[in-house]
Amino acid sequence: MGSFDTFLQQVFNGLVLGSLYALIALGYTMVYGIVNLINFAHGDVLMVGALTALSAITLAHATAPGLPGWALMIVGMAAAIVVCILLSLLIERVAYRPLRNAPRLAPLITAIGVSILLQTVSMLIWGRNHLTYPQLLPADPIAIGPATVTATKLAVIALSGIIMFGLLVLVQRTRLGRAMRATAENPRVAGLMGVNPNAVIAATFAIGAALAAVAGVMYAAVYSVAHFYMGFIPGLKAFTAAVLGGIGNIPGAMLGGILLGLIEALGAGYIDQLSGGVFGSNYQDVFAFIVLCAVLILRPSGLLGERVADRA
Amino acid sequence: MISIKRIGLTSVALLAAGLFVACLGGCGRKEDAGGGKSAGDVIRIGHVAPLSGGDAHLGKDNENGARLAADEINAAGGVKLGDKTYRIEIQGEDDKADPREGTLAAQKLVDAGVVAVVGHLNSGSSIPASKIYKDANVAQVSPSSTAVKYTDQGFKTTFRVVANDRQQGSAMANYATDVLKAKTVAIVDDRTAYGQGLADIVEEVVKSHGATVITREYTDNKASDFNAILTKIRATKPDVIIYGGMDDTAGPMAKQIHQLGIKTPLVAGDGACTIEFIKLAGDGADQLTCTRGGEAVERLPKGDQFMARYQAKFGAPVQIYAPYSYDAVYVIVDAIRRAASLDRAAITAAVAATNYDGLTGHIAFDPKGDLKNGAITVYKVQDGKLNFISTTR
Repeated sequence: MGSFDTFLQQVFNGLVLGSLYALIALGYTMVYGIVNLINFAHGDVLMVGALTALSAITLAHATAPGLPGWALMIVGMAAAIVVCILLSLLIERVAYRPLRNAPRLAPLITAIGVSILLQTVSMLIWGRNHLTYPQLLPADPIAIGPATVTATKLAVIALSGIIMFGLLVLVQRTRLGRAMRATAENPRVAGLMGVNPNAVIAATFAIGAALAAVAGVMYAAVYSVAHFYMGFIPGLKAFTAAVLGGIGNIPGAMLGGILLGLIEALGAGYIDQLSGGVFGSNYQDVFAFIVLCAVLILRPSGLLGERVADRA
Repeated sequence: MISIKRIGLTSVALLAAGLFVACLGGCGRKEDAGGGKSAGDVIRIGHVAPLSGGDAHLGKDNENGARLAADEINAAGGVKLGDKTYRIEIQGEDDKADPREGTLAAQKLVDAGVVAVVGHLNSGSSIPASKIYKDANVAQVSPSSTAVKYTDQGFKTTFRVVANDRQQGSAMANYATDVLKAKTVAIVDDRTAYGQGLADIVEEVVKSHGATVITREYTDNKASDFNAILTKIRATKPDVIIYGGMDDTAGPMAKQIHQLGIKTPLVAGDGACTIEFIKLAGDGADQLTCTRGGEAVERLPKGDQFMARYQAKFGAPVQIYAPYSYDAVYVIVDAIRRAASLDRAAITAAVAATNYDGLTGHIAFDPKGDLKNGAITVYKVQDGKLNFISTTR
């Protein structure tokens, strides 16, 4: 297998990872764009989504054993989306809305608190062990050209693409999208124009949570494990991706996510060649964060530029 | 004029402060503090293992084994010293498989007055904790830590009832070169004290057999995506892939090996040699050959009965090392009886002189605390089950 074939395989790996990061990063970026808040609990919403889907799938399988894998997956995803939207609306209402006009530090700390709370409650509900995700979509290796893929991974890339396209259409072409963009630009003036900022903000959280739920289910399906702290690292990486692409910028989050996935996959694959054997593949995270630092030093507002609310 | 509100607030504050100070004296604490002595008629033995996180199923398994032993000893009349009869109590702590948490758990146990400790599970936690036990002269009998460094520190308090990684790494390497006839080997480890130590020994032995290590890759014990390093390994076409790490990373790794279309056999150590691995690896489980640091307990005379008793009491099968934590408790109790005392130093000296026939075989320790004549058992996964292949000493 030649080195170009390996490169293609690494690129494919990176696209799968990047699609997941992109979906999660969108949640971070939309919320930051509209309320200037880094929602640290977002990664844990992902985790709740994955675990809820697992419970739903287990229940569905027990009551209707004849259902095919993809149907179970849809059931799981639907359950995850519903629960995550409700959870996210609850968090927004109870933890973030009262602090809407507080100094920036307060909602940040609250977000961290919510994150810890979600992790602990999930640990109490679903236990401390790693839970195995059933194999719903076939995971047998399929060779496409020189790369080896699986149906699950192809589904991840396809689904992420469709969802991201749908989100862009929502934001650019619908009333809600226009309202979201207006609130993101200047909430007070948007209010004067007849937009209900509270409703729009709640809708933003809800959309972000739905994306996180889908990402969580797909993440668990690809790696076949789910556990109560599985959201921490992907959340952190996705936040990095959002910053990389330009925080508040929706196409930026998509680009940042995919780019980060590719950087990680290629970095892990080639880092010891690049560093002459000094750094091994366990430095792949370091590699990703170094790239982030470099981009921020050279282009501080991210690759596609920040878009934050004018709160004056 | 002092307002009602201010009086109310002040009194609530004073009340809270008062409760706090009173509680400093020991609210909700069941045990007596004090080093080296167990008050009343209880002998406290500590147990440390990860009870949360990726290794939680193994930690619970170890703790269950220890508790089973304690219950049996208590049911048989406890421990008689002089004219007093003592009950064994296991104080279980969670170290989350983290070296820092391991030291915290160790200090907590030492302060709580345990006479000895069964633990820890992970070598990466046992090694830093061993310093704390050594300073307090508390015997530490590990049922599963296999890293060579654990007993290499020259402490009189470190013991283990399993074989060590020098034997295990050799067994793995021998299997790869002699049985699988591998000429080229790829080695991956999770950079923990256990995984890295094991991988280093395997590399050494593999090279001494004339085979080449074409690549060394690294990951960490919390990773879930190994596609990048596996793609790299696939390009180098090794005859065997060897992994040093636990089942919560080995399982997903085996699954990803299968998904990338890599047909190479996988060899791993005891950390991956569990039924949980088979669950996590799915279709990729059948490529694994693994080793365990002890006899095949299910084939020993009392092994079957132990498995059945464990299943009946805890409703789950033995994962891997419960028989060893069970024996570790018996070893400690045997030492207490021989020392005829609850003094930590006396018990430690008695443990060193152990000559005991346990569930897992004959237990005696060499001067470093390693098990004398420890065995390594090789298993292969076939049709979703671990099948016994051989035992070597």
